[in-house]
Amino acid sequence: MQWAGWSEFWAMGGYALYVWGSFAVTLAFMAAEVLILRMRERATRNPAGHET
Amino acid sequence: MQALLSVHWFKFSSPTSFYPLAGRMVPWFFSAALLLGIAGLYVAFFVVPTDSQQGESYRIIFVHVPAAWMSMFIYLLMAGWAGAGLVFNTRLSGMMARALAPTGAMFTFIALWTGALWGKPTWGTWWVWDARLTSELILLFLYIGFMSLVAAIEDDRRADRAGAVLALVGVVNIPIIYFSVVWWNTLHQGASVSLKSAPKMASTMLLGMLLMALAFWMYTIAVSLWRVRGIIREREPRAVVKD
Repeated sequence: MQWAGWSEFWAMGGYALYVWGSFAVTLAFMAAEVLILRMRERATRNPAGHET
Repeated sequence: MQALLSVHWFKFSSPTSFYPLAGRMVPWFFSAALLLGIAGLYVAFFVVPTDSQQGESYRIIFVHVPAAWMSMFIYLLMAGWAGAGLVFNTRLSGMMARALAPTGAMFTFIALWTGALWGKPTWGTWWVWDARLTSELILLFLYIGFMSLVAAIEDDRRADRAGAVLALVGVVNIPIIYFSVVWWNTLHQGASVSLKSAPKMASTMLLGMLLMALAFWMYTIAVSLWRVRGIIREREPRAVVKD
């Protein structure tokens, strides 16, 4: 892609909805999965348990 | 403990020794995923030129194809662990299969989602009931079926065995997905990694896809190791002696 400024970049030649819709949803799913794992880790760790 | 003492090569199939090992590996795989992902996105958006026919819309390929690959790889891996659990009766195998399933389902959904967003501008439709798309949708149902089944059975070991049978039967769908574009006349294009265009273009495209696929692999390993630690903690709290 020839660099012609940010607005051109975000416009993606008129395909912004499709391109960013793909990449944003992928990133959102990955971030959500990591967040769920963190929440689960906090919930299941027994504070008086065996771990140090 | 018994497995640890009697069979040396199954050392890390014991949750007790696997738990801390997995914990140490998670940050490394996340770091690798991040670096490879940044490199892959750089290639996808700044190195690869605009397509003469599809314009910028074809950049979806850099997330669509690696996600579709992962959806199939993870299923094979999950079925492999599940099958190993049936054969060797190792407790960790069933846990690994469970840990992989949500990530596999996620990549299957992403492959379908990005496919729809790519299909609209190129084919003029979000969805079509052709062999490739339908078999990929069946893959999503297989993942969901596996997760529902193992969650529904109270006894964990019985749930693992039932899930393993379902996962192994579902393996038949993987070659169907892969060869669907050859066996049937589909709207979906054939092999994605084709070298029909100019060599330089094809090689940078391939590089971008491989970087993204490697990033997804590292991510998958990181989250599934993290998830299996949670499963070990829940199922065998006594196995967790140190961290």
